[in-house]
Amino acid sequence: MTSFLQQAFNGLVSGSFYALLALGLAVIFGMLRVVNFAHGALYMLGAFGAVALADTTGLGFWWALLLVPLALALTGTLLERLLIRRLTALDPLYNFLLTFGIALVCQDLLRMKYGAHSQPYERGPFTGSMDLGLFDFPRYQVFVLAVSVTLCLAVWLLLTHTRIGTIVRAATERPELTRAFGIDTGRWVTPVFGFGVGLAALAGVLAAPMRAVNTGMGSDLIITVFAVVVIGGLGSVFGSVLAGFTIGMLQALGNLYVPVLSQTSVYLLMAVVLLVRPAGLFGKEEPA
Amino acid sequence: MILALLDKLHGRPVWIRWGLFAAGLLVALGLPWSLYPPVATDILCWGLFAVAFDLLLGHAGLLSFGHAAFWGSSAYVTGLIALHSGLPFYVAVLGGAGAAALLALPIGFLAVRRSGIYFAMVTLAFAQMVYFIANQWGDVTGGENGLQGIPRDLPGFDLSDSFVFYYAALPVVLLGLAAAWRIAHSPFGRVIAAVRDNPARARALGYPADRYKLVVFTVSAFLSGLAGGLYAVNHGFASLQEVYWTTSGKVVVMTVLGGMGTLWGSLLGAGAIVRLEDWLSTSGFEETGLVTGGVFIVVVLLFRRGVWGTLAHALRPRSGSSTPDPEPHLEHDHGDASQPVSP
Repeated sequence: MTSFLQQAFNGLVSGSFYALLALGLAVIFGMLRVVNFAHGALYMLGAFGAVALADTTGLGFWWALLLVPLALALTGTLLERLLIRRLTALDPLYNFLLTFGIALVCQDLLRMKYGAHSQPYERGPFTGSMDLGLFDFPRYQVFVLAVSVTLCLAVWLLLTHTRIGTIVRAATERPELTRAFGIDTGRWVTPVFGFGVGLAALAGVLAAPMRAVNTGMGSDLIITVFAVVVIGGLGSVFGSVLAGFTIGMLQALGNLYVPVLSQTSVYLLMAVVLLVRPAGLFGKEEPA
Repeated sequence: MILALLDKLHGRPVWIRWGLFAAGLLVALGLPWSLYPPVATDILCWGLFAVAFDLLLGHAGLLSFGHAAFWGSSAYVTGLIALHSGLPFYVAVLGGAGAAALLALPIGFLAVRRSGIYFAMVTLAFAQMVYFIANQWGDVTGGENGLQGIPRDLPGFDLSDSFVFYYAALPVVLLGLAAAWRIAHSPFGRVIAAVRDNPARARALGYPADRYKLVVFTVSAFLSGLAGGLYAVNHGFASLQEVYWTTSGKVVVMTVLGGMGTLWGSLLGAGAIVRLEDWLSTSGFEETGLVTGGVFIVVVLLFRRGVWGTLAHALRPRSGSSTPDPEPHLEHDHGDASQPVSP
């Protein structure tokens, strides 16, 4: 029982990363109809950003958590303005290809500088473990889970309870109608893209103290996250986040009981969802 | 008569078409004289792979980001057959391609339930699953080490010389290319294009759209398998690299560079990328993703028709063509007219 709970908790922590990335992908997709392949690369850049910040300026984790996502969000807005915007009128697959290219370039640029080996990052806060009643758990991982859940909730509240959120949701569901009401949806495209990128970068900084920081970390993650959003339904922010946490947990539990399936369970689940409900658990059938 | 028909169908003078055909054949026959023969054979394999991929992307409008699954699984199966049976390598490659087609059935069946960008994500995810299985199933695939020492068996011939092997592999590739061309220009190919351009209408005319997509997906996987199997025999080994997502990305860039929907442009794209990577790796540059990624960005932003498409556009017959030249069209999801619009 204890190991079950502990594994479930582990799963929620890895689900935190899926959820943060899926959340960013979903808001970007909602607003721009772009599936950002570079999302994984930006997550990786977030982690390397923390490492580089520590190496060059000596600034620690908290500074990294603040500065790196901001810097990358800014880079993201530039990316949207300079490149992605040129293709948004075309088939969304062109932007998928463009961002795939960007991801490859980012990954190999960093590999030129850092090589393929993992970089150490030992500036994480909250070392040691804490007593969660039934088992001890690393304090840092509890922190990661708390940050991720808080952020996902905050974004959800932002989307449902503020004027900006209403505009973004309206622009996602009925872009033409929203424009007909005199709302300039185009204004929100760049900020939303930057925000999604910032979330990916933040996830990267969070990952730096507990995961291997290497150039492959982003591409491995993004492919799983693609499966996650296919399962949750990319059109639904709520569904994507929920699928992120759930799949993290299922993977971890699968690891405990059926170790053979630990790496493939996500994809099997995706196959089942495609059979039963092709639009995703929370998605509705929509043009992609 | 047939020539006149061809002429009418494609709107280019006959002599250009046959001239190009002859030139292509000459290049194919002369390639190992001008290049290091293993590289020439690589170009054949990647060329067939890219053409098979373009059959799916350019003609059916389906962007698969998981074609490494078919190329790679065939590489493994071909390797296993060649290693354990001693049969001629042609049989091994055919077996590998058959295995790739078998694998394409379930993956395609599930993937065609989604379209557009989702199709790309779903195929990518399934290919990653195949990668993990290949990695885990080390007893069979050799895991990290791969399958080594795959022989080039053919009774009565000594194929150990790569120069000779090129000419042994060439007929397989030519047959594969001919099949791709035949399918693209058959009545079946017309239906595929109709399904791409207007799925709702094709369905209304009684064509089961999903089944057509599944068939073309499987055919594309089979041809990709032929290419992957030959590649494994050419190198004498099959590794995890063959099923990794970077391989899927590489075939996409070849087709996009050559010009999607042009079929033969993919051969140019494959030749260019293989040559470029060979040149880079011999000069000690390992970050090939930088180049592949850069090509992606430039082509997608600046010349979406690709090399062949741009040339064909520049050389197009001017007389009486009232239709504006479209950019290559991918599958558009037309809001799926069969679905009622929710209030």
